[in-house]
Amino acid sequence: MNTPIGVNSLRTGPNDRGRFGDYGGRFVAETLMPLILEVERAYTAAKADAAFDAELRHYMTHYVGRPSPLWHAERLTRHLGGAKIYFKRDELNHTGSHKANNCMGQILLARRMGKTRIIAETGAGQHGVATATMCALFGLPCTVYMGAVDVERQAPNVFRMKLLGAEVKPVTSGAGTLKDAMNEAMRDWVANVADTYYLIGTVAGPHPYPMMVRDFQSVIGEEAKVQMQEAEGRLPDAAVACIGGGSNAMGLFHPFLDDASVRLIGVEAGGHGIETGEHAASLTGGRPGVLHGNRTYLLQDDDGQILEAHSISAGLDYPGIGPEHAWLHDIKRVEYVSATDQEALAAFQLCTRTEGIIPALEPAHALAYVTRLAPTMKPDQIILMNLCGRGDKDIFAVAQHLGVKL
Amino acid sequence: MSRIAARFAELKRQARGALIPFLEAWDPDEATSMALLRGMPEAGADLIEIGMPFTDPMADGPIIQAAGKRGLAAGVKVAKVLEMVRDFRTTDAATPVVLMGYLNPILSYGTERFCKDAAEAGVDGLIIVDLPTEEADLLLPYSSANGLDFIRLIAPTTDNERLPHVLNGSSGFVYYVSIAGITGTRTATAEQLEVAIPRIRRVTDLPIAIGFGVRTPDQAATAAKIADAAVVASALIETLATQLDADGKARPGAVEVVLDQIRALAAAVRK
Repeated sequence: MNTPIGVNSLRTGPNDRGRFGDYGGRFVAETLMPLILEVERAYTAAKADAAFDAELRHYMTHYVGRPSPLWHAERLTRHLGGAKIYFKRDELNHTGSHKANNCMGQILLARRMGKTRIIAETGAGQHGVATATMCALFGLPCTVYMGAVDVERQAPNVFRMKLLGAEVKPVTSGAGTLKDAMNEAMRDWVANVADTYYLIGTVAGPHPYPMMVRDFQSVIGEEAKVQMQEAEGRLPDAAVACIGGGSNAMGLFHPFLDDASVRLIGVEAGGHGIETGEHAASLTGGRPGVLHGNRTYLLQDDDGQILEAHSISAGLDYPGIGPEHAWLHDIKRVEYVSATDQEALAAFQLCTRTEGIIPALEPAHALAYVTRLAPTMKPDQIILMNLCGRGDKDIFAVAQHLGVKL
Repeated sequence: MSRIAARFAELKRQARGALIPFLEAWDPDEATSMALLRGMPEAGADLIEIGMPFTDPMADGPIIQAAGKRGLAAGVKVAKVLEMVRDFRTTDAATPVVLMGYLNPILSYGTERFCKDAAEAGVDGLIIVDLPTEEADLLLPYSSANGLDFIRLIAPTTDNERLPHVLNGSSGFVYYVSIAGITGTRTATAEQLEVAIPRIRRVTDLPIAIGFGVRTPDQAATAAKIADAAVVASALIETLATQLDADGKARPGAVEVVLDQIRALAAAVRK
C-alpha cells in the first residue's frame, strides 16, 4: 500500500551512524555505548525476522486493539467551516494512547534479548502506563522515572502504574519534569547494564531509538493511509500531529513523507506563548545541540545550558525534539507551528462538546492548530489529525485551570 | 612532550602512581573554587581535573550533580572555566589540568574555538563524557591541532573487541570508569581492578587512571598501584559540601579542610 522507497525517498534515514542529516547520532557515555550497539543489533535482527513481525502483529491486533478507527469529525467540521476533518483514533488503543504501539514493539524486543527488568521515563504518564501494562502482561519488573512535578499533576496515571505493579520513582533533580526523568532513567541503565532494558518512549535518545520508535509508531500513518483511501479514495491534504519528543507525529508523518501533495504539520507546545520564553517549542524557539544521546534542536541558553520547558501538557514538556523532526524541519518537508496552553484548553473543550471525545491535552494542541487551519481551507479539502491520546488523565488538571473544584 | 606525558614520565621515575583530585568549577563560588585549585598542587595533586558544570550531567550521581548546580547558580560559564585555568597558569606551569564535562556547552561555545581557547588558557586534556569514539570526529581534529589530549573513557562494559576501537586516537592517559554506574556510588574491589587494568594494558601503552568510586586514601593507594593514577571526585565534593553554611556559602577554612583530605590521599598514594 505504501509508496515504494526509492533513491530520492525521504524515508531511508537514518544512515549507519544514526544520523538524519546532521541530527541524531549516539552521544552517550562509553558505559552505555556497548548496550546501545547491542540494542541496534537485536533490533536489526528482529526487523528481518518474520516471526518477530508475526508476534508483534498478533499482540497489536488482539491486545492493543489495532487498527484504530478513522473518524470523520462531522460536527467539528461543520462548526469550524472549511476542510473536512478526520481523526485517527489512537486514543482508543489499550492504555489510551499511541504509546502502546511502541511499548509493545520494544517489550517484545527486550524479551528477545533476554532482558529481565524494564525501565522507562514518563512525562504525562502515558508512556509509563503503557510500559507498566506491557510489563504486567509479560511478568517483568518495571521501574518508571517520573518528574516530581509530573507525579503531582498526573496523579491518576501514577496510581495506574502502581496498580499495574510498577515502581514509580519521583525525580526531584532539575525542574522535576520529563527531561530530568530521562536523565535519571539513563543513570539507572548505566548502573544496571546486565539485566535492564531501557524502554524509551519517544523518537529521541541515542541511535537506534529514534529509528526504532518511529518504526513501531509508523503503524499509525500506514493504517491511516489505507483508511483514507477507503473513506475518500485519496490522500489527505494535510496531516497534523502534536509534538513533544515527537513520536505520534513521526508515526503519522513517516508513511506520508514521499507524498508531496500531503502537507505535514507538527504542533509544538507554545506554553504561555513563544514570546514569553515559557514554552516547549524546541524547533520554533531553540537551536541545535546535544542532549540525551542525540543532536537535535534544544531549548538552551547562550552557554549551552539546557532550559526548562513549559507546557500545560506534561507529555509535551520537553526541551528537545526527535532528531528526524529536526532534519524534516531544516529541509522544510514538515511545517512546525505552535499552540499555547490556552488554545489547547479551548480545543480540549471544543472536541469534548462537538465530538463527544475527551482528548488528552497533548493532541488538544494539534486540534488547536486544526481550528485555525480548517477555516482557511476549502470544504473539499481534507485534514487528518492524530488524536493520539484520551483525556481522562487530564480532567483534574483541566478542572483546576478552569477554576472548577472537583 | 605534553605536560601530561611529562608528569607521568616523572612519576614513573619515582615509581609511584598519580593522585588526580577533582573540583567542580565555581562550586560554590569563584573565589573558593579558585583557592582550591591553587592549593591543590602543594597538597599533593599530581594532575588536576576540573569539572565543567552542565544542567544535565547524565553520568553523575547526586553529589556532583549538586556541585554543578552550585557552580551554575554562581554564574559559571565555559569562558569562566577557561579563565580559571589561565589564572592558575600564572603561578603553576607544570601541573597538568584536564577539563571534564559534557558536550553541549562546548558545542555552544564552538568546538574549534573551544579547543583553541582551552589550549591557550593552559588546559592539557579533555574528557567529554557524552562524546564516545563513534562521535569523536566532531572534536578530535581541533583538539589535535591545538595539542590537547583527548582522553577516552573505558568502562567495565567495554569488551576486548571494542577496546582498540575506543582507544584509537586517544592520548594523554586512559580513564577507566571502574564501575558500571554513576559517580559517587559504588566502589570496585581490588580484585576487579586487578582483572580490568591488565586487560586495558594489553592494548595501550598510555597511563591508566581509575575513577568512579575512589574515595578513601586506601582506595586511592590501591588504584594508583594497580593502575597509574587515582581520580578522587565525589569524596572531595562531599567534604566541601559539609563546609557550606545554610546559604550555601563556604565557611572560613573550607578550602583547607578539602586540601587536608587531598594531603591524606596524596600521602597514601606516595606510601
